[in-house]
Amino acid sequence: MAAAALLAAIVLACLLAPLYAADIAGTDPFASNLDGTITLAGQPVEIMQSAATGFGVTPIGPTWHAQYFLGADDQGRDVAARLLYGGRTSLLIAAGATLICLSGAALVGVIAGFAGGIVDTILARALDILWAFPVYLLAISLSAVLISHGLQLGPVSINADSLLIPIAIIGIVYIPYVARPIRGQVIGLAQSDFVLAARCLGIPRPRILLRDILPNIATTLIVFAPLMLALNMLTEAALSFLTIGVQPPAASWGTIILDGEGLLYTRPMVAIAPGIAIALTVVALNFLGDGIREAFDPRAKLRINK
Amino acid sequence: MPFPLRRTLLACLLALPASAQPHQGGTLKLVAASAAGTIDPQVNYTEQYAQIFAISYDGLVTFAKTSGPASDDIVPDLATTIPTPRDGGKTYVFTLRKGIKFANGATVTPDDVAASMTRLFKVDNPNAGSWYADFVGAAACLATPATCTLAGGVIADDKAGTITFHLTHPNAEFLDQLAFPFAGILPADAPAKDVGTIPIPGTGAYQIVSYDPQKNLIVKRNPYFRQWSAIAQPAGHVDEIDYTFGVTDENEITAVENNQYDYEFDPPPADRLAEMSMRYAGQIHVEPLFAIYYAPMNVNIPPFNNKDARLAVNFALDRAAAVNIFGGRNLAVPNCQVLPPGFPGYQPYCPYTLNPGTKWSAPDLAKAKALMAASGQTGQRVTVIADDYGVDPALGTYLASVLNSIGFVATTHILSANIQFTYIQNTNNKVQISVTPWFDDYPAASDFLNVLLSCSSFHPGSDSSINIAGYCNKTYDAAVAAALQRAITDPAAANAAWAKIDRMATDAAPWATMFTPRNLDFVSRRLGNYTYSNQYHLLYDQVWVQ
Repeated sequence: MAAAALLAAIVLACLLAPLYAADIAGTDPFASNLDGTITLAGQPVEIMQSAATGFGVTPIGPTWHAQYFLGADDQGRDVAARLLYGGRTSLLIAAGATLICLSGAALVGVIAGFAGGIVDTILARALDILWAFPVYLLAISLSAVLISHGLQLGPVSINADSLLIPIAIIGIVYIPYVARPIRGQVIGLAQSDFVLAARCLGIPRPRILLRDILPNIATTLIVFAPLMLALNMLTEAALSFLTIGVQPPAASWGTIILDGEGLLYTRPMVAIAPGIAIALTVVALNFLGDGIREAFDPRAKLRINK
Repeated sequence: MPFPLRRTLLACLLALPASAQPHQGGTLKLVAASAAGTIDPQVNYTEQYAQIFAISYDGLVTFAKTSGPASDDIVPDLATTIPTPRDGGKTYVFTLRKGIKFANGATVTPDDVAASMTRLFKVDNPNAGSWYADFVGAAACLATPATCTLAGGVIADDKAGTITFHLTHPNAEFLDQLAFPFAGILPADAPAKDVGTIPIPGTGAYQIVSYDPQKNLIVKRNPYFRQWSAIAQPAGHVDEIDYTFGVTDENEITAVENNQYDYEFDPPPADRLAEMSMRYAGQIHVEPLFAIYYAPMNVNIPPFNNKDARLAVNFALDRAAAVNIFGGRNLAVPNCQVLPPGFPGYQPYCPYTLNPGTKWSAPDLAKAKALMAASGQTGQRVTVIADDYGVDPALGTYLASVLNSIGFVATTHILSANIQFTYIQNTNNKVQISVTPWFDDYPAASDFLNVLLSCSSFHPGSDSSINIAGYCNKTYDAAVAAALQRAITDPAAANAAWAKIDRMATDAAPWATMFTPRNLDFVSRRLGNYTYSNQYHLLYDQVWVQ
């Protein structure tokens, strides 16, 4: 319950990012502001502060006021506003990738498990091949290609800076992780008494699939959803940190950590804040995942009742 | 000497930092984030290893190993003198010094010189097709490198101890190009391929003894070296140089602060500069660089095939902001033109500022927006390509912000520094605008104005098309050719011509020049006799360590 509340609070805060940036902080989180000033305690303060020696320019640190609450990054942008906007992007990518992953995994797993034979062999081996690639290596390879030129597939054209690219890449690389257990479950269900009974009664296979198989794997997909959300969020952060996810000046929690990498000694908050945000969100999602699994898994309930 | 005076002097001497006292021997410890590729001096085109090649190899001539403007001077090295050109500037006859040995004990002969020149073509030297294409016979060598002989172009006379170069036409920069580490003399039996990690014996005061790009490079004294010219190849102070790779720039700074290393090659991270300048001021050396950071705009594809759009970017660019990203006013100066301040042919000129004249003062956003409206390019999608090294990503992000502020829809794409520079050169990648630096190879205006903007430097579809903007203008090329010709007989008049060409290039706006950086070196407390050459930067053979 607490995990769900924390997650809801994070999502809500991120959804309200434009409100915060425009009406509270009054800053543009995507525009560089290298020679701007803000007023603190009635005094104008430079956002990028030159050292007295003339070497080095340091962004303003946390003000704990509405403007630049968490300080500025190396472009003079408001870290707090970028954190909220970045959260929107990270959550959107994680949710989109999870949707693709679960849909793809359900499709492949059900077809392979239910059709059996040569179809199952081909699909299962394809999943094995995809599984054999280290997931980050695969994601990095796909990103490096697609982010350079975008994607042109017949009438479908996706720009290189579109969020659809990281969403699709992350969603696809994790399909085997969900599809394999789904396939196993479908194979088990296909041999179950109620499916055999339905077949004996002459019920068409598509109807069996829709009425008997899919409802039984829905629980598995629901249990996987928060776990994949957490995993996808971490993957997005890693790809963006490696400059092959979200492209500047757009922000995600991964890109903000990258922005903060060069300021670790002087303005650690730039990297720490998105790190904490990722950690809290992932922990909340994992707890939520555990809660959902226990809610849907009768064996877990039995264990609790014992 | 009276005792009290001796005591005072002794006290003064003891008060000096240890690094101020001359010292022979010891190990100079260098560090860098990564190795810089092959150690073949005729293939590697990096500043990082040019510093090593400068002390390990010699050409017939070289840049003086000293500091200040004198370090731009060319002095005889393996040649006894700098010859007077003959045949209207098309023939040079060098006499080789006698008795000089390679690090393997073999004596240097004119045949080694001739073989080294043909090897430039056999190993596909990066500038074989430009700098060395003037040699008679170079055309055949470029066509079929494996059988290159430079017949009639480079003639060795072992008996007379001379090497004669015949050029197809006079080249005012022939000696500069011969002084560059590429033209270092190697044994005639050096492999006719890139040697990678295997050292080739040279004639310098030091020799590379081992190289592991994942770990380190070890340099020791050349046992056969006897100093013949202190200005060309001094004997050096330290006995060994250990170059460690794989340390992050942040850790490099900390390690130098702690005297674990004596010098870090990479630019210091911007967030450490204030700390370094306040706590270790005596260990910082800021020196001039003949370089620019600029944003080449592809003049052949939208939106920058529209001149108004390019001018708009130039007027909108806040060069002071870019200077701040680089590290502040002491580390860079705003620049609007192609040539860097102090370079031959440089005359201050800045049309892209609030009050156009000789100096940049502030961006003119109103004019930039008016130009954008006139260009009809508002709303065009633009991708800025920057690399992931040092401040470059931040400069790319800033440039995208500038483009967005005048009406483009811009994003930045950060590429690995290993591929970005070739990626932005290849027209197949359809790069619209990018961020990149350019450092001089030698002190001649043509190294910017000819190399970076002439039609001959534009090779569509090639990774080696250094005219990144794709600017090709016949009138401009004619002016460049005339200036190159003038430089052979009248360098002063040529520099005046280069100044006009600089204005011509700046007005055409194939780029938005951002600033000219300065070089900041951070050295350990135990390093003394810091000597900075304009060509090789820190001279490793001049420093001593305690």
